[in-house]
Amino acid sequence: MKSTAQALPATAADLPAPNRWGNRIFEGMTMLSVVILGVCFVCAAYVLVEGAWLAIHTYGWSFLTSQQWNPVTENFGALPFIFGTVVSAAIALLIAVPLSIGTAIFLTDLAPLWMRQPLTSVIEMLAAVPSVIWGLWGLFVLMPWLHDHPYTWLNKHFGSIPIFGGPIEGSGSCIMSAGIIVAIMILPIVTSVSREILRAVPDLQREAAYGLGATRWEVTRIAVLSYARRGLLGAAVLGLGRALGETMAVTMVVGNSPKIHASLLQPGWTLASVIANQFGEASDDLQRSVLFEIGLVLVGVTIVVNIGALILIKSIETPGTRRA
Amino acid sequence: MNQVISITPSTMSDRDKPAVDAVAAPTPVPTMKPMAVVPPSAPATTAGPPQIAFDIQDLSIFYGAHQAIKNVSLQITAHSVTAIIGPSGCGKSTLLRSLNRMHELTPGARHTGSIRILGDDLYGPGIDPTVVRRRVGMIFQKSNPFPTLTIAENVLVGLRLNGVRDKVFLNRRLEESLRMAALWDEVKDHLHRPGTSLSGGQQQRLCIARAIANRPEILLMDEPCSALDPIATGKVEELIHELSRDYTIVIVTHNMQQAARVSNKTAFMYMGKLVEYGETEQIFMNPKDPQTEAYVSGRFG
Amino acid sequence: MSATYDQYRKAKSHCMSGLAVFCAVMVVMPLVLVLFYLLKMGFSSLNWAFFTQLPNADPEGSGGGMANAIVGTLELMVIALVLGVPVGLLGGIFLSEYGGEKTNGFVRFAADVLNGVPSIVWGMVGYTLVVVPMHGYSAFAGGVALAFIMIPLVLRTTEEVLVLVPGAYREAGLALGIPRWKITVHIVLRTAFKGLVTGVLLALGRIAGETAPILFTALGNPNWNNSLKEPIAALPIQIYYYAISPFPDQNRQAWAGALVLIGIVFLLSASVRIIAGRRKKA
Repeated sequence: MKSTAQALPATAADLPAPNRWGNRIFEGMTMLSVVILGVCFVCAAYVLVEGAWLAIHTYGWSFLTSQQWNPVTENFGALPFIFGTVVSAAIALLIAVPLSIGTAIFLTDLAPLWMRQPLTSVIEMLAAVPSVIWGLWGLFVLMPWLHDHPYTWLNKHFGSIPIFGGPIEGSGSCIMSAGIIVAIMILPIVTSVSREILRAVPDLQREAAYGLGATRWEVTRIAVLSYARRGLLGAAVLGLGRALGETMAVTMVVGNSPKIHASLLQPGWTLASVIANQFGEASDDLQRSVLFEIGLVLVGVTIVVNIGALILIKSIETPGTRRA
Repeated sequence: MNQVISITPSTMSDRDKPAVDAVAAPTPVPTMKPMAVVPPSAPATTAGPPQIAFDIQDLSIFYGAHQAIKNVSLQITAHSVTAIIGPSGCGKSTLLRSLNRMHELTPGARHTGSIRILGDDLYGPGIDPTVVRRRVGMIFQKSNPFPTLTIAENVLVGLRLNGVRDKVFLNRRLEESLRMAALWDEVKDHLHRPGTSLSGGQQQRLCIARAIANRPEILLMDEPCSALDPIATGKVEELIHELSRDYTIVIVTHNMQQAARVSNKTAFMYMGKLVEYGETEQIFMNPKDPQTEAYVSGRFG
Repeated sequence: MSATYDQYRKAKSHCMSGLAVFCAVMVVMPLVLVLFYLLKMGFSSLNWAFFTQLPNADPEGSGGGMANAIVGTLELMVIALVLGVPVGLLGGIFLSEYGGEKTNGFVRFAADVLNGVPSIVWGMVGYTLVVVPMHGYSAFAGGVALAFIMIPLVLRTTEEVLVLVPGAYREAGLALGIPRWKITVHIVLRTAFKGLVTGVLLALGRIAGETAPILFTALGNPNWNNSLKEPIAALPIQIYYYAISPFPDQNRQAWAGALVLIGIVFLLSASVRIIAGRRKKA
């Protein structure tokens, strides 16, 4: 090893030679980490497919279309959860996307400069609130209020319309509540992505419209929103991807009922929340395998949706893609 | 085949790389003494023929399909200041960077021909570019002291990260390098300030001190003054003059007056080719090639 | 046509601006409401007992605290950090310093996809890969599930920060004859240090609140956890069970726990802001 009386390098040529392995080991470590990332991928795929295998064999494709959920007779179908997931996500998007885009417009065009940073911080804080806390608040604050006010009113006056029909739960647990809570949870991401998209719109577009005598709203509508259409769609799809995966808050407010109701005011279940609820209690391998299959469906759909979102968003970030 | 770069016999005993002893230097190299000790101030007016710092033979450099340097042959004298001039895009920076193998950092770079540095093949099979770059220091167009290091740490980073730990030695080297870079008096009381707290001209001199601290044999400068004001430029040019006593300096510049001021020899390049090379006075006063004449008299560039 | 039509257009524009303001207000409201209720329902329960005692063994009784859950959350964060940060960090270094364009595109894509996977899936992965072979729920399993979330997150934030380090510094280091890996470690990482730390803190803030992945890996524990192989209590799990419990005292404690949890999360966010220093303009 090194001698204690290290030769002092009079010139550069005297410096100790670099360790031959230093670079290689380090680069190797970084490559190993990337491999581990790939392993995570493989793990997820393997665990889900392997876990779901039993259920896939037992039920085949009818799993996706069956409404049964009977642990006793071992008759399982995922349709109620697919339904619940789709409907609650749709509600969430209907509420959140307009609000988010409106807020994004406010932030980029209308808000006074002093307000922008604080508002952005508020949105970031909103994003940081854990799912379980939304569930807690939803359970004890939002749902009772929803039940006492809009739900009862809607049910009473519009109960003949299927979507507002049926007996409503006293607690307020229903698909609508799940949709609303998820809407709150996806507001931050859709807002911030929308904002980035709107910021990417060249000022030239706005200036041209102003130059033509357009009002503020017209400028926004014509020059900004239509240019940013694809990106905003991407933001919405990204929100959808998040909405599909929300678990804890949903499981606390959705009612956990494996039935498909036409009414939004009645309880339901989603893919993610049924797993959270049942996984620990699954009494046998088949039931657990069913949950894995549900997880597989969930992940498959989520990945496809997220890829779609990324493609849409990236398309606006490379300028010059739009013809005049 | 291991590193061909020879070392001074006096320090060989402390090295633990046995393979180095077995290196057969391809040509006998009588001139391999530490350059800092060798005194001459002007190119070879006294004993023997001038040493050749770089012997470039028929060098061509390609970046992918594009040929940036076309068959350049050039011999750069040691202990002198050689300027490389030419219009933008003529390949002068590429040529400079090939002298310490920095052009290899661009993907798709390859070369034909050869460069010998002080007699050793720069691109020999066992040569580690890292070792080469210790012997050949480089100053960049925009000064780049490391922002998270203090002034002192900046100067010594080349030594420290290469394993030198002796504090007394390092402190001595710190002072010597800063003095040689004409910066000592200005910063000696502020050695703990970040390297980026200095002015532009001081930062560039800090970078020079940092490069010198390694005691390289050669200094390459890529338009070192182009981002500096005239006063700072003047200081750096003075520095170049001082340093040329102990170091070989190759400077790329687009400023012809600067080339005329600081260099002993000048090379004019155009479109990747070496058009003319000779004593600075001759190039500027009495150019042989009509293209050279057109450039130095400002008719294009 | 012109005068009244113009008036209509202007009015419409003002209307739309008003709508935009309304949207912004609606977005802010939930945060205000949730914080308000957290404080209202939980603050009074934050006493010394809450922070130092174990949960009351009798569900109907009152009293007891969440000491083990608070410590458990911190412990899980540490395990996830130890398992996840080195991988994410080195992976990010690969992307920024060593990767080629094609490989990088692939890796980034994989990381983005992984970042979008619902966190409950990682719970299932942790269950299959750790809980089943170990024949029991454990803190380690919980940490692993959380690490799966951290890895792609830290990888992306690391890469984003490292590519911001100007190439000039790497060049300067190379020109001094410093070996590449030393340049990366001592110069590049050092320059980007603040950004790297904030990336890790953000990831920690995210996993502190995660419930689904630890539900069936760490499971929860009414007592103190004594080893990595045992189940461990954590705030999110405790909050969840107490919230859905029929016993009012547990509900009350759920609020208090939630307040502590959000305190931890906001503390991490605040540290990020402090470390990052002056933020760029909105």
